[in-house]
Amino acid sequence: MKRTILAALGLATGLAVPAAAEDLKVGMLLPFSGVYASLGNEIETGFNLGIEKFGSETDATFEIVSEDTEVKPPVALGKAKKLILQDKVDVMMGIVSSGVLGAVRDMVHGAGVPLIVANAGNDEATGVNCSPYITRMSFSNGQVNRPMGKWMFEQGIRKVYTLAPDYAAGRQMIGGFTETFTAAGGEIVGQEYTPFQKTQDFGPYLAQAKSSGADAVFVFYAGGEAISFVKQYDSFGLKADLPLYGSGFLTSPLYVNAEGPAAEGVITALHYAPTIDSPENAAFVSAFKEKTGRAPSEFAVHGYDAARALIEATKAGATDRETLPPPCARSSLTARGDAFDRSRDQQYRSADLCL
Amino acid sequence: MQLSMLLFLLSIGLTVIFGLMHFVNLAHGSLYAVGAYFAASLAAVGGYWLGFFLAPVAVAGVGMLLYSGLIKRMRKSGPMAQVLVTFGLIFALLDLTRIFWGDLALGIAVPDIFQGRTALLGVEYPTYRLFIIVLGFAVLAALGFVLRRTQIGAMIRAGVDNDVMAACLGINVERLFFIVFCVGCALAGLAGAVAAPLLSVTPDMGLQILIPTLIVIVIGGLGSLKGAIAGSLIYGCVQTFGAVLAPQLASVLIYALLAAVLVIKPVGLFPAKG
Repeated sequence: MKRTILAALGLATGLAVPAAAEDLKVGMLLPFSGVYASLGNEIETGFNLGIEKFGSETDATFEIVSEDTEVKPPVALGKAKKLILQDKVDVMMGIVSSGVLGAVRDMVHGAGVPLIVANAGNDEATGVNCSPYITRMSFSNGQVNRPMGKWMFEQGIRKVYTLAPDYAAGRQMIGGFTETFTAAGGEIVGQEYTPFQKTQDFGPYLAQAKSSGADAVFVFYAGGEAISFVKQYDSFGLKADLPLYGSGFLTSPLYVNAEGPAAEGVITALHYAPTIDSPENAAFVSAFKEKTGRAPSEFAVHGYDAARALIEATKAGATDRETLPPPCARSSLTARGDAFDRSRDQQYRSADLCL
Repeated sequence: MQLSMLLFLLSIGLTVIFGLMHFVNLAHGSLYAVGAYFAASLAAVGGYWLGFFLAPVAVAGVGMLLYSGLIKRMRKSGPMAQVLVTFGLIFALLDLTRIFWGDLALGIAVPDIFQGRTALLGVEYPTYRLFIIVLGFAVLAALGFVLRRTQIGAMIRAGVDNDVMAACLGINVERLFFIVFCVGCALAGLAGAVAAPLLSVTPDMGLQILIPTLIVIVIGGLGSLKGAIAGSLIYGCVQTFGAVLAPQLASVLIYALLAAVLVIKPVGLFPAKG
């Protein structure tokens, strides 16, 4: 059935393409500079590992064109345009920042180029602005933090002060937490958003948190900002009176080493940890360790899963922009194994609804 | 406050180079990042103090290479060419640090004596931050002393005021400027080394600090020691109190102040004479 459609498509466009052994052009949109440079590299490593590991399962070959988003929405939009119009990629993959995803969403949707999101948790991309061309292999911002609100209330915490960088992800992460925490009966005694990519000294915000009368602090920071924050939080000695909670990006395996002892006692929640006990994850962790000499982070998994999704899609017969999106959305094989599929149902369900 | 001192260490290096040599070195921030990386690598081998003392020396070495390879030739060309070349240098140095050290952030532990907090006027303040403040004032005092009270200082001041006349009096202006440039670079390296345990060491930390440093210099006035200290204190206060009193405006406040200063005193608050 698919082959006939393809053949018809091929005839229509005057290109007699064979269904298999297709060269698939993948546009990679990742930050290789800016606060999230290390995240971009980690996702790329994970993606390449996935292609290496499962590439033999499909006849398709992958040609990768990388572009640096610099974590700047306008820059990323220009790069996305270049990938779609000039390089004519079949599929795009990547995007770390929610702000960037928000910026390229309309471009991707309008051009009809499938995009596999390998990190950015922008709630709207799979929520109100859901597009059939966008499939996410990672998480939604709210999703990661919602359980934490309820859980923290159950632990007896009644008053919380929140901090996050001032951009889409920061607001959505804190929004998800606030929603469930206040629904459970908790109170947000203070909420501050720090200038994104511009804050190096968290001292004044920490002083405010201390004087707010909160029982605990809940934050979202990632990348270089996470390291600075955790270290400075520890250096002001707040941890004893004011325990630090957050989304797991705060203590990602990618930079927990740079944080050192300052990260001890920080409680965070996330959809992935390298210690998950499943055969799929064990295989992934050992392959990643062999390649880089350290444990993989959640970012590596996003890249790895994105590669896996692409390969599954090509196995199902996808060869270009037109045939890619549906198989992508259907594949649900992950390095995390079954235990974690449930937490992602929401993502797949919303993608399915769109189709 | 400790942010002020960090900016002071940076802006003083930049302002010394600019004020004395009339050379605009935009790559100064990159030298700060390089300093932080040297400090992180050295600290991993021999502890914090090895990095603290050797990183400025290493950065001065990098400065020497830059000076003899590039900047010497650019000294007499106009500011526009200098800005372009040093701006390009930022990206070259950024990618070099990335090639050598990778994109993963590095961290340094605060040395044992500066662990913990000290009570000051009833407020608990991290000891390491106090150390940075003290260090900033020590550097300020040392520079002030050298420039005002010693013969080298007199020679530098003479070279700045009128380098042709100074050369006629038998002062080797070229060599003097070379030394000044290296000292400026070493100060950038020192700033990087002290910032490393506080912030995370990432390749683009130089880019992040560059704009605040330039703001400090513009507010304080180009090429003056007093301007650098006043500018960095004002910047630090505005950032800190802005974050507490008007968080929504925190990132705008400093630019508003910059605009106000440029309108009222276009040369900065404490411009160098001449």
